[in-house]
Amino acid sequence: MTPRRRRLVLVIGILVGVSIAGALALSAFRQNVMFFFDPSQVAAGAAPAGERFRLGGMVQKGSVQRTPGSLEVRFTVTDFKHDVPVKYKGVLPDLFREGQGVIAHGHIDGSGTFVAEEVLAKHDEKYMPPKIQQSLKPGAT
Amino acid sequence: MIPELGHFALILALLLAALQAFFGIVGPQLSRERWAAAVIPAVAGQFVMVMTAMGCLAYAFASFDFSVRYVADNSNSALPLIYRIAAIWGAHEGSLLLWIFLLACWTLAVAIAARRMPPQFAARVLGVLGLISFGFLLFTLVTSNPFLRLEPAAPDGHDLNPLLQDPGLAIHPPMLYTGYVGFAVAFAFAGAAMLAGKMDPSWARQTRPWATAAWAFLTCGIALGSWWSYYELGWGGYWFWDPVENASFMPWLVGTALIHSLAVTDKRGLFKSWTLLLAILAFSLSLLGTFLVRSGVLVSVHSFAADPARGIFILAFLILVIGGALSLYAWRAPGLKSQAGFELSARESFLLFNNILLVIAAATVFGGTMAPLIADALGLPTLSVGPPYFNPSFLLPILPLLLLAAVGMHAGWKRGRLSEKKRALFSTALIAAAGALAIAFGLFAPASALTPVGLTLGIWIVLSSLIDPLDRWRRHLSLPRGVLGMTVAHIGLGVFVIALSTVQSFTLERDAALARGQSTQLGAYEFRFEDLGPVEGPNYDGVRGDIAVQRNGRPLIMLHPEKRRYWVQGSVMTEAAIHSHFGTDVFVALGEDLGAGRWSLRFQVRPLVDFLWIGAFIMALGGALAASDRRYRTVKSTAALPAGAAGEPAA
Repeated sequence: MTPRRRRLVLVIGILVGVSIAGALALSAFRQNVMFFFDPSQVAAGAAPAGERFRLGGMVQKGSVQRTPGSLEVRFTVTDFKHDVPVKYKGVLPDLFREGQGVIAHGHIDGSGTFVAEEVLAKHDEKYMPPKIQQSLKPGAT
Repeated sequence: MIPELGHFALILALLLAALQAFFGIVGPQLSRERWAAAVIPAVAGQFVMVMTAMGCLAYAFASFDFSVRYVADNSNSALPLIYRIAAIWGAHEGSLLLWIFLLACWTLAVAIAARRMPPQFAARVLGVLGLISFGFLLFTLVTSNPFLRLEPAAPDGHDLNPLLQDPGLAIHPPMLYTGYVGFAVAFAFAGAAMLAGKMDPSWARQTRPWATAAWAFLTCGIALGSWWSYYELGWGGYWFWDPVENASFMPWLVGTALIHSLAVTDKRGLFKSWTLLLAILAFSLSLLGTFLVRSGVLVSVHSFAADPARGIFILAFLILVIGGALSLYAWRAPGLKSQAGFELSARESFLLFNNILLVIAAATVFGGTMAPLIADALGLPTLSVGPPYFNPSFLLPILPLLLLAAVGMHAGWKRGRLSEKKRALFSTALIAAAGALAIAFGLFAPASALTPVGLTLGIWIVLSSLIDPLDRWRRHLSLPRGVLGMTVAHIGLGVFVIALSTVQSFTLERDAALARGQSTQLGAYEFRFEDLGPVEGPNYDGVRGDIAVQRNGRPLIMLHPEKRRYWVQGSVMTEAAIHSHFGTDVFVALGEDLGAGRWSLRFQVRPLVDFLWIGAFIMALGGALAASDRRYRTVKSTAALPAGAAGEPAA
């Protein structure tokens, strides 16, 4: 191959590779991005039943109920305007406490209960966008 | 008195940094040799001042000086000495001081190695480093002074975040920062070449050991952080695609591209401007990492501060440094045309694709990390981007990269002739595939299609790396450190890929609610909850479980997970108990009291998980070996050379 043709092949190869990668990354992004809603948005019907999203808010004081001796726990997440009941089965993070911020990861079932697959407490090792921090602020201190 | 001394030392360091930047950059530009020669004393003076400041802060911590706000906020009279020292970088102000201190160390190392460089070039490199140091010192003094007094003094300290009271964290930030800051040296070399408007033929060879050493430190730092989060955060994950982890991973990806691209520039004089661009990008991403983590833009366990003034300062600094470097690049890079050509199957093409794929991988990580911020800034609905995005879009460029790595090591420069190695490559590929299938289907139940693919690639990379050294050994040829380092680093990569495939595919995990005397089964392992009792440490108390572990019916070990409550901050911490045998981790974490005499417990069995970090450390070792190759120390042997100057950064 002449140097020019070689360069042409290289450039085309790179362009094709980059655009395929870009398209796939974009589709992965669109499919896997999760929205974050607070209880008011949930009450307004922002989250369709069955669709996965992140629910953020405060664990209402006195709302945590355990089935004694089992891993199942129920609590209410509130933003002081609306409440969402949450059901979770598993080990809760160290910083999970009543009156503290949480983010739960899951979907709304038919009865309007949020079925959490994962619960993150505030200051957990995972990501919490600033806006969520703001929505958690009123009772944080 | 001592804290004021530290504060004063920082101010002097700021002045010296300004002198260093001015003489280093302006001196050569105006061809004033005596100006340029004044840079070295400025470097030495700045090092002494920064060292003094560091010592003063360490003294304040060691002597329980709670009249210093930073000490009162981050230590306590019950905190052991080692954590009081580690508390220096336990929060924002001190970690900035650590950043500055490490930059001073790297700069001093460059100054020592500068005798082997052309004097004007050395002055420019040190000048650029002085400019960076000036920015950080100004930032520290204006917005985040660790020596501020508390009036009146606190009777006792607020204690260090219990998450950070751990030996792993005592060394994780210094390692990571040494890597971050190390890319400042590569950046300064690039800056010096661009200021001069020409690239010395030995430029790449001068730059290589620094970039490789920085990369090795960063590799260690990331691995330590991942290891720490695995055993200290309590719940057994080793990578979360947390923005803070991504912030350290992006410079690593671009840095990896940089050290490969430097090899091409060094050996063949190609990719010159691309290498410069990568050097700029690697350091820019390091700065961005500092910005993301320290400004409080992202809130996670790593972000200490949420002060907008700091954010604006760093943002301005970021724009100035990155924007300045890129403008200089746009002006100067067109003058750095490479002339030589190469064939499609030559090593140059493999390294070109290596670079493209690594940069694509870095870009996908960047996109996922920044998307929530951008969406937020534009007033779009709040997004969250997690592993479901990162895992597939990261694997996409990385899988072909691994394939290229196994083959590319054997391609010759300029003209690719794989013919002599073809048979060896083919047979190692067959062995790797057979081994992978045996592991995936024989030892375990197959998990996903990616399992055998990942295992094959990992084993193939390890075997393929061995072909060349074995061949040299058989023919009684010498093995230079550089080649040895490359081999070792690639073996580390292979080991890492094998471990990752195994852990991702064959991890067993279960949460259970157990009462005393009950047990649960996980694969070949049986866990019995024997007892629970109180435990007390120097600054915490808590409960400790006794979990008897059996493997195939035979007793293996008694594990003791703890739930600690740290007195001062009242925070609760889970201390997981981990037993490792043959690289497989048996992991137990104690949850909470569920009532009715039961406790929640988390059990995990993770095969080969230790080899994730072992693989990363082997990679770093390879980097250290390559950086210490003698050929980098004999670039310009006009003067008598001090032994071991290049590639041995003061850590």
